[in-house]
Amino acid sequence: MPPYILKPLNPKKFDFWKAWHLLGRAGFGGSREQIETLQNMGLRDTVDHILNFESHPYESTAWNRFDHDIMSPRTPEQQRSIQKARSSGDEAAIEAFRMERQKRQRADREQMIELRNWWMQRMIESPRPLEEKMTLFFHGHFAASYRGIEDSYHMFMQNELFREFATGNFKKLTHRIIRDPAMIKYLNNNQNRKQAPNENLARELMELFTLGEGNDYTEADIKEGARALTGFTYDDDTFAYRRGMHDPGSKTILAQTGKWTGDDFVNIIFSRKSASEFLCFKLYRFFVNDAAEPSRAGKTFIVELAKQFREADYELRPILRTLFSSAHFYDEKNVSAIIKSPIQLIVQAIRSLNTPVRDVRDLVVAGALMGQSIFQPPSVKGWNGGRAWINTSSLFIRQNLMIYLLTGLRPDAYPWQTDHLETFDAMPLVEHLRDEQGRLDSLSVFDWLLRFNLGGTPHPNRLSVLDDYLRSRGDRIDNTRLIGLLSLITSMPEYQLC
Amino acid sequence: MAEHNDFPYSRRLFMQQGLVLASMASTAPVFLQRSAMGMMAPEGSMLSSRPGVPEDRVLVVVQLGGGNDGLNTVVPFGHDAYYRLRPNLAVAAPGKGTNDRPAALAIDGSHDVGLHPNFAPFKALMDDGVASIVQGVGYPNPNRSHFTSMDIWHTADTAAQGTGWIGRYLDNTCAGRPNPECAISIGRESPLAMHGDTQRPVNFDSADLFRWLGEDLHKTIRDPYEKINRSGVLGDVDDDSQLGFLMRTALDAQVSSQRIRAAVAKPPLVSYPGGELARQLRIIGSMIRAEMNTRVYYVSMGGFDTHANQYFQHANLLRQVSSALNAFYQDLKAQDNTGRVLTMVFSEFGRRVAQNASGGTDHGTAAPMYLLGDMVQPGLRGKHPSLSDLDSGDLKFNVDFRSVYAAILEDWMGTKAAPILGRSFKKAAILRA
Repeated sequence: MPPYILKPLNPKKFDFWKAWHLLGRAGFGGSREQIETLQNMGLRDTVDHILNFESHPYESTAWNRFDHDIMSPRTPEQQRSIQKARSSGDEAAIEAFRMERQKRQRADREQMIELRNWWMQRMIESPRPLEEKMTLFFHGHFAASYRGIEDSYHMFMQNELFREFATGNFKKLTHRIIRDPAMIKYLNNNQNRKQAPNENLARELMELFTLGEGNDYTEADIKEGARALTGFTYDDDTFAYRRGMHDPGSKTILAQTGKWTGDDFVNIIFSRKSASEFLCFKLYRFFVNDAAEPSRAGKTFIVELAKQFREADYELRPILRTLFSSAHFYDEKNVSAIIKSPIQLIVQAIRSLNTPVRDVRDLVVAGALMGQSIFQPPSVKGWNGGRAWINTSSLFIRQNLMIYLLTGLRPDAYPWQTDHLETFDAMPLVEHLRDEQGRLDSLSVFDWLLRFNLGGTPHPNRLSVLDDYLRSRGDRIDNTRLIGLLSLITSMPEYQLC
Repeated sequence: MAEHNDFPYSRRLFMQQGLVLASMASTAPVFLQRSAMGMMAPEGSMLSSRPGVPEDRVLVVVQLGGGNDGLNTVVPFGHDAYYRLRPNLAVAAPGKGTNDRPAALAIDGSHDVGLHPNFAPFKALMDDGVASIVQGVGYPNPNRSHFTSMDIWHTADTAAQGTGWIGRYLDNTCAGRPNPECAISIGRESPLAMHGDTQRPVNFDSADLFRWLGEDLHKTIRDPYEKINRSGVLGDVDDDSQLGFLMRTALDAQVSSQRIRAAVAKPPLVSYPGGELARQLRIIGSMIRAEMNTRVYYVSMGGFDTHANQYFQHANLLRQVSSALNAFYQDLKAQDNTGRVLTMVFSEFGRRVAQNASGGTDHGTAAPMYLLGDMVQPGLRGKHPSLSDLDSGDLKFNVDFRSVYAAILEDWMGTKAAPILGRSFKKAAILRA
């Protein structure tokens, strides 16, 4: 018997709105038809369908999709000729090498733009939403920014690593992260050598990746952990262990003494209970409720989920199954309780309303303007999430992004461009509401659109505002009015929640 | 993981203060609620500021992105090495200019350092005793990546990690202040420097975009939009919930948008030159004139990464910078606000001493900073970095940029610098006592 707090939802209670909630959280929402399909599958099969995404065919990433050579290190031969040019004062040759490097850096930034667009497109169209959602989760958890790495291919490799472990084993992923070229570069472990230890990776490994800030470890553990990680570096696109840089001596980490390496360090960390509880806390904030301080029930949920996590030896799939099946997850206190991240806002709008994608490059930029620049989190702490997404200016950008998706009106447009809107056909959103005579009743249209977009019983105030608006334009539902209604609904503070 | 608590005491104070404010609880914008509470809160309970420092002081940060060439801005004409290492790029010594390439401007009290001729509008401010140049500013183990060095300046951390230095100031000072416009940045993206754990700047490129664009769709839509976004916290909604927070912020945004757009719509008291920096400073001048309750403004201008054919391109950039700063000062003067606005100009690094083979310069290290305002110790501050004692072709810094930040935080913003900068730095002597 699972503990009470983890008990699954009564399958009979899994209705359309529960399926709506699940798809919004485990993915990026979906159309009415998609949600109805899930509803008809029932709770158990739906959760399996979402978790076992490998069975949904989707173009796997071709490893040659991106050029891995742009920032590859110079060959020994090139290095020799540079040295020769320097020592002989051959300005022209030095200049040529300098220009060549700048050219490569420019090319790499171009490829970074492509990579961002590629991931955005994937989140929008993937039939495996949980795979992308967990990739986004790990990008914010093991946060590394292109700004400190400046190698687009390494960013791509890291992104693929997160995808590979989307529902895999968190402990194994941590072993892989300390071998990941992007992370090694970002946290300077390539400079961590016996003679001059660099503590950056060791510190964040415990503080931000596994145990939580100040939780269960000391400064001494960081120092000793850094020694264990000496020699963990990379060579071009692959991990490299440099024996000569490694400190082979005895270390004491979290009260265990031995001649530890980086992998031993990870194993020692995962022998602590805190490792499971910290990640479950982060999953809880990401999937269930993003309040700064979880409720009492939420805390119990986290503790029990963490216990299961340890029993499953840090396999993610079982605990995600528990989470997405639990009555707690569907509790009304946890519905529409999370402030959408900018990426969630963008992708969910497109996937649920079927708006045109417009220009994926604009969407990437919009994400950045709203505070979520993919491949460029603000620091190794990732994004704070929750209320930190929102202030007066990001709120306007969010509302204006929706205007862009709904009408094609760009935020930097000139007034006359409003005469050339490229709206889309929104009528399919309400076709199912027609009565036998084919008429659309405006109240039921409002009610449906509000519920479908906001995920709850609409507030009477909102219904009456929409009613007034429609009356001011003639009491008839057509596409223009539908776009107007959607513009208003997506400007509601409620729309920022999922 | 500590998520912020936006209004750490508002709830508690509210309870203590009882019914006086009850009518405002859910319909007033956050900042009005808090300002009402601020009036009632015991003195000092919410401000970290030091006594004696006026509350209306403003800091304006100007970022020159790309790495401004300090050596062609503050010109060391008295040093042979300068002309030897920059045969095609060096600015001529005073008296030695040509029509094509005018000479550097001599500075009173300096026999070997002058200013680029296009910096004349800035020099005029120095001569008036309201502007200064802090020479040789940098940090240990300089990083030559634009990204990393910029992040180092923004975070005030030589590992380029963590939140922004101004953000941390805002976390300390503005969290819980009755003001949604505590910090404003102009431009497409808001700078890391202004991001704290809880505070983020209001950010817009042009004030006209700081509004809902849906209102352009049809004239009938504005009214229902206002009803929605000005409703405040609707009945049945928990004030402390995410939804309550969103509803209050939506109302703030409406009020703030109106205020900012009204401020910026007014024509300035002086005329500004063309160019991006002048455009941004003009907006800020208008907001200062409107007495908005903003403590920090941030603007940025790019284009300083002059790797090739630098001479005229860089001269043009300097003209834009100095004329924009001069116009901004004249605007503040006409408003009688020069005493409460300090402007700080920086770039992520200077450039190498020697020119490269493309008629440009590559990424370097130490460079000058520029300060503007009635409170600065005017003129050239500190020593020009040596051109003979180089660190593999680069200037060695004399002043750590964080000691400039420390002086600004302590003596201008009136807050303790060490908690914000992570450790204590000796304050640079840049402001008048």
